[in-house]
Amino acid sequence: MARFTLIKENTNIDFVGKRLIAFVFSILLLVVGGIAVALKGLDFGIDFTGGVMIEVQAKKAFDVAAMREKLAGLNLGEVQLQNFGGPNGLLVRVQPIGRAVDRDAAAVLRVKEALGPTLDYRRVEAVGPAISAELLRDGILATVLAVLAIAIYVWFRFEWQFGLLALVTTGYDVLATLGLFAVFDLEFNIAAVAALLTVAGYSINDTVVVFDRIRENLRKFRRDPLPRIINRSVNETLSRTIRTSSTTLLAVFALLMFGGDVILNFNAAVLCGVLIGTFSSIYVAAALLLYLPAPKALRPAAEPREGETPPKAAG
Amino acid sequence: MFYFAPWRIVLTSLICLAGVIFSIPNLFSRAQLDSLPDWLPTQQINFGLDLRGGSHLMLEVDMETVIKERLESQVDAVRGALRAKQIGYTNLGVEAGMVRVDIRDAAKREEALREIRALAAPVSGAGMFVGAVRDIDVTAEAGGRIQVALTAEALAERKRHAIAQSIEIIRRRIDEAGTRDPTIQRQGEDRILVQLPGEQNPDRVKRLIGKTAKMVFRLVDPTATPEDIASGRAPAGSEILESDGRRADGSAEQHYAVRKRIMVAGDTLVDAQPTFQQGMPVVSFRFDSAGARRFGDATKENVGKPFAIVLDDRVISAPVIREPILGGSGIISGSFTVESARDLAVLLRAGALPAPLRVIEERTVGPSLGSDSIAAGRFAGAIALVLVVGYMIATYRLFGVLATLALGINMALIIGALSLLQMTLTLPGIAGIVLTIGMAVDASVLIFERIREETRAGKTPIAAMDAGFARAFATIFDSNITTFFAAAILFAMGSGPVRGFAVTLGLGLITSVYTAVEVTRLIMVFWYRRTRPRLLPV
Repeated sequence: MARFTLIKENTNIDFVGKRLIAFVFSILLLVVGGIAVALKGLDFGIDFTGGVMIEVQAKKAFDVAAMREKLAGLNLGEVQLQNFGGPNGLLVRVQPIGRAVDRDAAAVLRVKEALGPTLDYRRVEAVGPAISAELLRDGILATVLAVLAIAIYVWFRFEWQFGLLALVTTGYDVLATLGLFAVFDLEFNIAAVAALLTVAGYSINDTVVVFDRIRENLRKFRRDPLPRIINRSVNETLSRTIRTSSTTLLAVFALLMFGGDVILNFNAAVLCGVLIGTFSSIYVAAALLLYLPAPKALRPAAEPREGETPPKAAG
Repeated sequence: MFYFAPWRIVLTSLICLAGVIFSIPNLFSRAQLDSLPDWLPTQQINFGLDLRGGSHLMLEVDMETVIKERLESQVDAVRGALRAKQIGYTNLGVEAGMVRVDIRDAAKREEALREIRALAAPVSGAGMFVGAVRDIDVTAEAGGRIQVALTAEALAERKRHAIAQSIEIIRRRIDEAGTRDPTIQRQGEDRILVQLPGEQNPDRVKRLIGKTAKMVFRLVDPTATPEDIASGRAPAGSEILESDGRRADGSAEQHYAVRKRIMVAGDTLVDAQPTFQQGMPVVSFRFDSAGARRFGDATKENVGKPFAIVLDDRVISAPVIREPILGGSGIISGSFTVESARDLAVLLRAGALPAPLRVIEERTVGPSLGSDSIAAGRFAGAIALVLVVGYMIATYRLFGVLATLALGINMALIIGALSLLQMTLTLPGIAGIVLTIGMAVDASVLIFERIREETRAGKTPIAAMDAGFARAFATIFDSNITTFFAAAILFAMGSGPVRGFAVTLGLGLITSVYTAVEVTRLIMVFWYRRTRPRLLPV
C-alpha cells in the first residue's frame, strides 16, 4: 500500500546518546536570546510602556518625512512614525512622558487634529501608566502561574521528577521564545504574552505524551535500563509528535501568511515556540530524566517473570 | 469499544446536531435571519470590538477628590455641632486624612467629644445589624485635640456610592448624546469600562465624560482691580478664575475675580436645552421651585451687577443682571458653537459627576480594520483547514477522512457554542480557532498511532481499536488538561482580545477531546460494523 510518510516506521534513533549535542544547542539558543535581550532589549509595545499608538490609512502614499516634521511641531515628546502595511499606511507612536495620567487622551486628540479628519483611522490606542504597569505585572504573573500549574499537575499525575522536568522544559520554551522576540525585533505586547502561554501549553502537551509513554514502558519493561526505556519511548511517540507538530505548524503557517498584520507577532512567536517546544520534547525533556534519581514509585522492584500484564496505573 | 450503549449514541448524535444547528445562523446575514420564524436559532457569534470596530474606554474615578470632599463635609458637620453648643475651638481642618480640631476650653472637652461622637451615623449596607458599623471613629488626643477618622467601611461605602453615581451619570450623558448600544460597567475598585460598538466618534464621548459639570452661579467681585486680576491676587472671599473660551495657544481668554460664596447651585436645574438667540447658539435652562426662588432673590438684590456662570471652575459667561429673574428660567450665552451648546445642555441635564473622571485607557478600532481582520481570519482558517485535512488524508487515508469528519464536527461545536453562549469572538480568538484546527487532530493522531501499533503487534482489528482508544485516552486527557491550564490562566488574567483567545483555545480543547473520544469512536464503530474489514487501513 503506497502511503505518504514523513517518518520511517519503527524508528530506532539513539536520542539519549545524542543528548549532549541537544543540550548544547538548547543552551546556545537561550544564550543567543539572552544576549539579544541584554544588548537590544525587548521592544515593548504600548501595552507595557504606556503611550499612544495610531494607525491610519490614506488614499495615497504618505510623505513620512513631512508628517514627522508636522508632528514634531506638536511638542508631544518622542514621536515615532513608520509605514505600516504598505506606503498608504502610517503607524504613529507617541512615547509617554513622565507619569501624567490623562496626557494620552490629549495626545490622541492633537495627533488627530494634525493628521486631519479625512484619513481612515484604523486603530487608536492610548494606555495610561497605571494600566500598562498592571498589564505587565499580570502578564508576568500569568506566565509564571501557568508554568507552575502545569508542573504541579504533572507532579501529581506522574512523579516529582517529571513535574520538575515539566517545569524546566516549559520554562525553557517560554524563555527561549522570549529571547527570539529580541533577536527578531518583534514587538512585545499583550498578544505576545498570550503567544508565550500558548507555547507553554503546546510544549507541555508534547512532553506529557512522551512522559506518559515512559511511565508505561517503565512498567512494561522492568528490567531495561533507563536510557533504553527513554529511547524506546521517544521513538514510539516520535511519529505522533512529528505529525501533530506538522498539523499545528501548517495551521500557524496559514495564520502567519494570511492572518493579517495585527496579529503577525503573535503568529510568528507561536510558530517559533512550537518548533522549540517540539525539539525540547523530543531531545531534551526525557533525556534530562537520566540526571535525576530514578522514578521508583512507578517501577516496583523487578520481578523475574517477563511479559506479565502491567499493573493498573495509580490514579 | 464495540458496545456503544444506545443512549450514548443518541446523546452524541444530539450534541453534534446541536453544534451544527447553532452554527448555521452564522452563514446568513442578519436581515435574512430576522425574517425567520422565532423558534429557529438565530443567534450569531458576537464579534469583539476589535472585529466589528468600536471603542473601549477605561475611566478612573478620582477617589482622592471623593474622599477629600467627604472629609470636608465632615469638617462642616463638626463646625456645626461645636457652634450649636457654643464650644470654642481652633485649628479645625483636615490633616493626614483625618479631621482634627483643638478644643480651647479644657472644661468643655468632654462635651465636645460627646457632641462629635453623636455625629456618627450607621454605614448603610455594611452589615446585617443596623447601626453595627459607624462611619467615623472619634478619638481624644493630648492637649484637647479631637481626631475624627473615617472608618474603612465608611470609605468603602463612599467609594461604592461614587462609582454607582458616576455610572448613572455617564449613562445619562452617553444616552443623550445618541450613542448606540453602549456598555457601561464597573471594573474593580475605582474604574468604569465604557464600550462603544461600531463606527462612532469616541472623541465626543470622551469630551462628554471628561467634564465633572458642576455648574454654579456666583457674583463677580467688583472691588478687584484689573491689576489685581492680572497678577492673580484676589480680594478676601474671592478667587481668580479663567474663562472657558480659549485662545489658539490654549491659554485662557480672560480672567475674572469671582466671589467664593455660591449664589445658586446647578443641582437645582431641572432642564437645559440648546437653542438660538439672535442667531447665536445658546443654552436655555430652568430651575426647580427652590432654585427659582433663590435665583429670583439673588438677582433682585444684585440688579446692575455682573454675575458669573461657572462650570468646573471656569467662567462660561459673566453677564450683568439687568432685572430680577423671577420666572426660574434663563439663558446662558457664551462663545458656543452649535455642538458645544448641545453638549453643555446634555451635561447640565445629566447632572454633575461626584468626582472627576480620567480616561486611563483607550482602544479604538476602525470598522475598516475590523472587517479586514475578519476576512483575513476567515481566509487563514480556510487555508489551515485545507492544509491540515490534506495532510491527514495523505498520511492516514481512510482514517484521515474519519478525522476530517471529526474535525468538521469539532468546528461546528466550537462555532455553535460561541453562538449559543454569546461569548465574544476577537481577532486572537480567531487565531485560537485556527490553532485548534492544527492541534485538534492530535487526539485523533494519538488514537490512530495506538491502533497502528496494536495492529503491528498482531492484534485483530477489534482488539487493536479497542486497545487504541483505551490506551490513548489517558494520554489525551493528561496532555490536553495541561494546555487547558494555560488557557484558564490566560482567561482569568487577560482582558479584551486576549481573553477572547483564551475562550476559543479552551473551548477548542474541550471540543477536541470530546470529538476524539466520543465522535471519532462512534464514527469508527459505524464504519467497522458496515465494512467488517479483516485488516485495518492504518
